[in-house]
Amino acid sequence: MKISLERDAHGLLVLIDAAGQRHAGVQPVRAFPLSAPGEGVALMSADGHELAWFDALDALDATSRALLDEELSRREFMPRIRSIAGVSSFSTPCDWDIVTDRGATRFTLRSEDDIRRLDGARLLITDSHGIHYEVADMKALDRPSRRILDRFL
Amino acid sequence: MTRATDDRLLPDDLPQAWRSGLAAQLQPGEAVQVWLQTDLDDRLHFATNLLVLTDRRLLACAGEQWRCWPLATGQHFQHHDHAGVGTLALHDSERRLATWRYTLALNTEALRLADQHTRQVERLAHPDHVVEDEDGLCPRCKAPLPPDDDECPLCERSTPRPPSTWALLRLWRFARPYRGRLLAGFLLTLASTAANLVPPYLTIPLMDKVLIPHQTGTPITVEAVWPYLAGLLGAALVAWALGWARTYILARVSERIGADLRTTTFNHLMGQSLEYFGGKRTGDLMARIGAETDRINVFLSLHLLDFATDVLMLFMTAVVLFSINPWLALVTLLPLPVIAWMIHTVRDRLRTGFEKVDRIWGEVTNVLADTIPGIRVVKAFAQEKRESARFAAANRRNLETNDRVNRVWSLFGPTVTLLTEVGLLFVWGFGIWQVGRDHITVGVLTAFIAYISRFYLRLDSMSRIVSVTQKAAAGAKRIFDILDHGSSVPEPARPVHLARVEGRIELRGVAFRYGNRAVLRGVDLDIAPGEFIGLVGHSGSGKSTLVNLINRFYDVSGGSIRIDGTDIRALPVAEYRRHIGLVLQEPFLFFGTIADNIAYGKPEATRAEIIAAARAAHAHEFILRLPHGYDSMVGERGQTLSGGERQRISIARALLIDPRILILDEATSSVDTATEKEIQRALDNLVEGRTTLAIAHRLSTLRKADRLVVLDRGQIVEVGPHDALMAREGHYYRLYMAQQRLAEADAAEGALP
Repeated sequence: MKISLERDAHGLLVLIDAAGQRHAGVQPVRAFPLSAPGEGVALMSADGHELAWFDALDALDATSRALLDEELSRREFMPRIRSIAGVSSFSTPCDWDIVTDRGATRFTLRSEDDIRRLDGARLLITDSHGIHYEVADMKALDRPSRRILDRFL
Repeated sequence: MTRATDDRLLPDDLPQAWRSGLAAQLQPGEAVQVWLQTDLDDRLHFATNLLVLTDRRLLACAGEQWRCWPLATGQHFQHHDHAGVGTLALHDSERRLATWRYTLALNTEALRLADQHTRQVERLAHPDHVVEDEDGLCPRCKAPLPPDDDECPLCERSTPRPPSTWALLRLWRFARPYRGRLLAGFLLTLASTAANLVPPYLTIPLMDKVLIPHQTGTPITVEAVWPYLAGLLGAALVAWALGWARTYILARVSERIGADLRTTTFNHLMGQSLEYFGGKRTGDLMARIGAETDRINVFLSLHLLDFATDVLMLFMTAVVLFSINPWLALVTLLPLPVIAWMIHTVRDRLRTGFEKVDRIWGEVTNVLADTIPGIRVVKAFAQEKRESARFAAANRRNLETNDRVNRVWSLFGPTVTLLTEVGLLFVWGFGIWQVGRDHITVGVLTAFIAYISRFYLRLDSMSRIVSVTQKAAAGAKRIFDILDHGSSVPEPARPVHLARVEGRIELRGVAFRYGNRAVLRGVDLDIAPGEFIGLVGHSGSGKSTLVNLINRFYDVSGGSIRIDGTDIRALPVAEYRRHIGLVLQEPFLFFGTIADNIAYGKPEATRAEIIAAARAAHAHEFILRLPHGYDSMVGERGQTLSGGERQRISIARALLIDPRILILDEATSSVDTATEKEIQRALDNLVEGRTTLAIAHRLSTLRKADRLVVLDRGQIVEVGPHDALMAREGHYYRLYMAQQRLAEADAAEGALP
């Protein structure tokens, strides 16, 4: 029997494993959320043990897959920066006004070290509360945004 | 019911946008208790929503939609956070009713709402049971608030603000102590510059009264010439003497300013918490303190001096030129505005460029700082090529950035030179025309040419200073980045001094998060004076974090730690740490003698005290076996000693300061069993009569503990003595049995032939 997923009345994700046993409160976790989000998703039990591993999500049936995607989208919060409207100062700490794919917001950058270069022109910016903002391709930003960003790199 | 009365019932700080909407929702007499403005919606998009707890209901507004839930028994909030997003979920016993999401900036407010909700629901269930409102306590750290103050003095942290620009001007703070000498230097500069301007002036009479008359037939007499020549020599000699005095004084002062800057930065760095060092790269910090202070120093001693001279020279030359002939002077000064404009446009690009060059340079040093200490790993995995490539890549980026700056820079210098040449051309042209019309004499023109070549020379060097100034400004900014960073373990504003420490430790709702990861949650623990506590748990369960918090290497993010009833944040950091002895898994020995290392925490210790400590730590005998006894040198990382020996020295170090509180962080886990026994005996001496917290991987080493505290994923799950916990067959039992089995398996394996 294949494993499947459900959601219970408390909103918890329930895994029914191959032996038919139910595990409430499982959480999907990507192994490589930055470098390969599509590969390797684990289901962790409420107390932090791995219950299932998927090399790719295609192994699941459609309903389970939909539940998993929904849960992942609620767990993963990494706004993608579309443009930088302004910064309060070019020396850190400073406040950034940005527009992301999840709306406009403002965050505080503590130091230049919190801007991490990923492969290519991709950047990961961590704010003072530990929220990660992604710049998918800094070369694709508009010119004023790029100019601001460049001052911190 | 009128809206006006309702509006008055609303909290004053509720944003205007919500007031009328909420007032319309409230029932007569309903009072708002707590409200929370969340900043994310359910799809995790940024949106402002409202959640309000009144004395009878929960109200929520999302978009324009209001929903409400009357308070009921069994209703409760669940709270968790992940990746910087906090979630409050409202449940009843049957199901989940609703969820709210927010970024962690609002975590404290959200928890306060959930707490208040819990208390109100409890009151519903047990109306006669008194549930205290935590009015007198800080909502964040549960510390008592000052009577007439809403802000908690302990956890109120002003968010660090960016420093003002003009980093170089801020160096004045370091120059202040030397202002007398600086003034003397400035006056000398003024005088020597003036002396430098005399020779060209003497060319006017030399031309007009000696040389020109000679060409028209008047013979040259010694009497006519020698005063001018003597004047030239005198001016040169005076300029030389003044210049020497000036350079000497100012160079000395700037060297001292540089040294002060370096010391201050280092001292500031020492005051930072471990959190700060955890987030910084060693190479970068080393580059800042070493190279940048030096660059600022060179700037102050050489370039700033030159620059001041240049400005003075320009100004004084202009005055002299105008006094001789205003029209010619005007023509001479023509290229000046153009150059000023150029400097202005280029300056910003240069400064950001140089800042970037500095940062990239930090990257290059980072590769060095990573690779050299890790050289054993690099060699073991044969990754020399990879590290070389990494270094080359960093170096190449350094080159690219420099190239970009140089492109601007290389154009700038020659352009200034060209402008000055053109300026000279103008002066010649205009001057010849004026001489031709007998408006000026040949002498005046020669003097002008002499002045002007100096003048343009100065302009040229002034334009050059743009780059050095911008480099120094970038350096100063990076230094002030360090200096402006307030310690995350700040000294208390009103410090409390404990005359004697008993060693009672109380943890109240201690929480700690590292970045967006919660490491400890709601830890409550009372430790009696003299008690021996063993901290047990899987790795990553928060044991080390807990002792780091007790040590105040970090400050708690929630709750409080009290020693003898006083919050440790109210005690001066150094004074507090003097009461704590720390023995780590990897003892760190500094370069120096063994005696120095033992006396590290108490440099004024007598030799007898050092020996007594070493004896108690069972280190005395092996130290005596070393060729120079207590005077033997240990290397940078103490390589000449074995792990067990180093550990015993660090135990002696802790014994010597005679702390009331002792923290043993895996003190015996990096040595073999035989050495462990030796160390254990030394530790038994150390533990005697002190409040002790010990973390040990091998549970057998905690036999003597009065109580064991079992941590699991940041929370205390079991507390009690060994026997009681074994009888409970819970977490501790499982841990212990797992280790037993492992030990037996090892023993069985050892017994095989």
